[in-house]
Amino acid sequence: MAGDGRVMIETQGLTKDFGDFRAVDDVTLNVEAGTVLALLGPNGAGKTTTVRMMTSILKPTAGSARIAGYDVTTQPVEVRQNVGVLTEQHGLYERMRPLEYLDFFARLYHLDAQTRRKRAKALMERFGLADAYGKRLGEFSKGMKQKLALVRAMLHDPPVLLLDEPTSAMDPQSAKLVRDSILELRRDAHTFIVTTHNLNEAQLLADRIAIIRQGRIIAEGTFEELSRRFVGVPTMELRVRVPLNGLVQEISDMVEVIGYGDHWLRYRVEQPEITNPHLLRRLTSLGVDVITLSPLQETLEAIYLRIVAEDEQVEHDNGSIPRYADAIASTSP
Amino acid sequence: MITAASPGTQTPSPARPRSFWATFQHTMGNALIVTRREVTDSFRDWRIMAPILILTLVFPALSQFGANLMLNFVTQYGAELLGERTIPFLLMIVGFFPISLSLVIALETFVGEKERRSLEPLLSTPLTNLELYIGKTLAAMIPPLLSSYIGMAVYMGSLLFGELAWRPQPMLIVQIILLTTAQALLMVTGAVVVSSQATTTRAANLLASFIIVPMSLLIILESIVMFGAPDAESPNGIFALWVILIGLLIGTALFMRVGTRLFSREELLGRTLDMLNLRWMGRTFWLEFRGRAAPGLPGWYRQEVFPAVRQLGRPMVVVLLCMLAAFVGGWLAGQSPAWRLPAASTNDEVQLTENFRDWFELGSSPTGVMLAIWQNSRVLLAATLLAVISFGVMAVVLAILPFGILGWVFSQFLLLGLNPMLFLAAVVPHSLVEIPAILLATAAGLQLGAVVTRRLPPGKTVSEVWLAAAADAAKVGVGLVLPMLIVAALIEVYLTPSAVQMVLGAG
Repeated sequence: MAGDGRVMIETQGLTKDFGDFRAVDDVTLNVEAGTVLALLGPNGAGKTTTVRMMTSILKPTAGSARIAGYDVTTQPVEVRQNVGVLTEQHGLYERMRPLEYLDFFARLYHLDAQTRRKRAKALMERFGLADAYGKRLGEFSKGMKQKLALVRAMLHDPPVLLLDEPTSAMDPQSAKLVRDSILELRRDAHTFIVTTHNLNEAQLLADRIAIIRQGRIIAEGTFEELSRRFVGVPTMELRVRVPLNGLVQEISDMVEVIGYGDHWLRYRVEQPEITNPHLLRRLTSLGVDVITLSPLQETLEAIYLRIVAEDEQVEHDNGSIPRYADAIASTSP
Repeated sequence: MITAASPGTQTPSPARPRSFWATFQHTMGNALIVTRREVTDSFRDWRIMAPILILTLVFPALSQFGANLMLNFVTQYGAELLGERTIPFLLMIVGFFPISLSLVIALETFVGEKERRSLEPLLSTPLTNLELYIGKTLAAMIPPLLSSYIGMAVYMGSLLFGELAWRPQPMLIVQIILLTTAQALLMVTGAVVVSSQATTTRAANLLASFIIVPMSLLIILESIVMFGAPDAESPNGIFALWVILIGLLIGTALFMRVGTRLFSREELLGRTLDMLNLRWMGRTFWLEFRGRAAPGLPGWYRQEVFPAVRQLGRPMVVVLLCMLAAFVGGWLAGQSPAWRLPAASTNDEVQLTENFRDWFELGSSPTGVMLAIWQNSRVLLAATLLAVISFGVMAVVLAILPFGILGWVFSQFLLLGLNPMLFLAAVVPHSLVEIPAILLATAAGLQLGAVVTRRLPPGKTVSEVWLAAAADAAKVGVGLVLPMLIVAALIEVYLTPSAVQMVLGAG
């Protein structure tokens, strides 16, 4: 993890109502410089509204947020100066050419002419768009448009980047290019919030994960923390060269064996970093040749689905009516 | 990583200007970045450029040809004057047609970007709301206005240097250019308001009829003035164009105020539905009208009606001053010989008494009471409805007209040497109740009409604020104005005639 201790995104009880509908409910997050937070959640969970409040486009109904040290309500211009946003819909001006388009946005951020040109070209090259200088944006493919929108977000080198589905329209190669860029910028102390439905990507990128449902943060932590909290203690798989025979009994005082075959066994262990070295020493002393010892990794998708299902169950048990129904009944014109 | 508590660190941002001039330069600098991009984009759009080119180059030539034909035709019948007046009229039309395009561009300016999903990236930049508003307003104006000026220059050039060798009155040309510019300003500022509030281009185009229809009527009015004007200096002729110009500029200022007040990123992006939700509107209005008062009429008056009246303080002062001004204006107009009543028709007190007798017969019955209530209520209701589409101005205009007439009538009483007590007896008894009722109703109408020119309270939409204002107006109307009008009608029918009879008897 790359965090350097400076909090760049700080929200406290952030809440947003649209009429009777509460879109975001008491969201508190603190994200350090040089980290990536993945904000996950079902459609309509409040991700976009949260991001829009962080860019001072929407005013919070309650609570507060500071981005790069600036208050979203009282210092909107400073906030937007320090944030790069990739919106879900890229909305490019289709009659423009890419450098012209980037120059327009760079002017709005008051970059000088030389910096504007230099940064635009450098970023376009970095994202494989160097061959597209002469094209109109209307001629760009979906993936190219997304990359250009990402370039636009990064153009003024903002310390905070809020990216909505950054690779959704890209081929695997381009997606990797973007992920690598995000990780590289993270190393340079840039701070990211990435909202995505691509959970593999979130797992690859995120230092921490926040899951939002019906406007509330229902879970938040590192992948390991979430995994431990919602899946339980880690499961390890041991593979050996010779048949196990009575080995299961030999180690049952150290770990909880949950299954085994001739040449393998799986066990749960509370603190693998402490227990596994002991276990390996005992196996060696017993003359067992260990081929592999590895964690049985839960995927983020499995964890996410479990968290959301659990929250739905709690809601069902409490008999609360989903708020979407209220919203439909009372949407203002 | 996410931490529980460590202080946020500010990243340095470019310093913001402090002095007025520096702020102005900064704002305009940013706005012009937007303008430059949008104007460039407009010039690349053949759907905008084709009509602009046609209206700039082809239409002036056609107009010049038409003007020649017209002049030759009317000259055969000795109506050269008509032909001469047609030339500047066509100049105005040549100027107006291209600026009508500004309406289309301006309507598209926000709602079109929203439909193309390009608005959010723009809203995420450090541009302020004002910078965006100015930038887009200028962008909508510049291409059509340029086209308009070029078109007028082409038309005038062909007339000045062609076989007609037209020699116009310079002041008239200045007026036409200024009027064209002011019309473009009014249409664009109005259309930007519409565009920022609509969610689809279709809805914006439909709402644009509220702009284009009055503008067309205005062009007709200007044409009548130009055809009827004896000369440029005539107070009742082309001089009236200056008045129209001032009216246009006031309208523009009001639209700009509305535009800057209503313009918010949240409204632009948050609105996704243009649904007419009558149930929601009805419920919101009713909740505001009923309020949170304790059940019962006294509670409603205490907690809803009287607080609504307290909010009308400033509008009431404005209306009162306008009423006084109208009365004085009427009185002063009555002093002018041109506006005086001929003495012979009014100094016959017998005839006057006969006139009053008709009124007494009509009045002294329940029908008379109903008629008085109906007449006052419908005028005040019409004033309120007109207020809604005129920023409250028409409510004041309608309400003060009778005071102008009263001032004039009073002046005639004095000038003709009639007993002023007769006037006072005919007006004062019921006016003691009726005038406060008119004052309240007009102030409520003004407040309702002007509500859109104020900044929106945090978290409120335009519709919510407007419905709350409408409910306040209704509270005042139902709770106070209507009962007062009933009392005033009773006095007018049953008491005022007696007072007049007393004075006549005494006379």
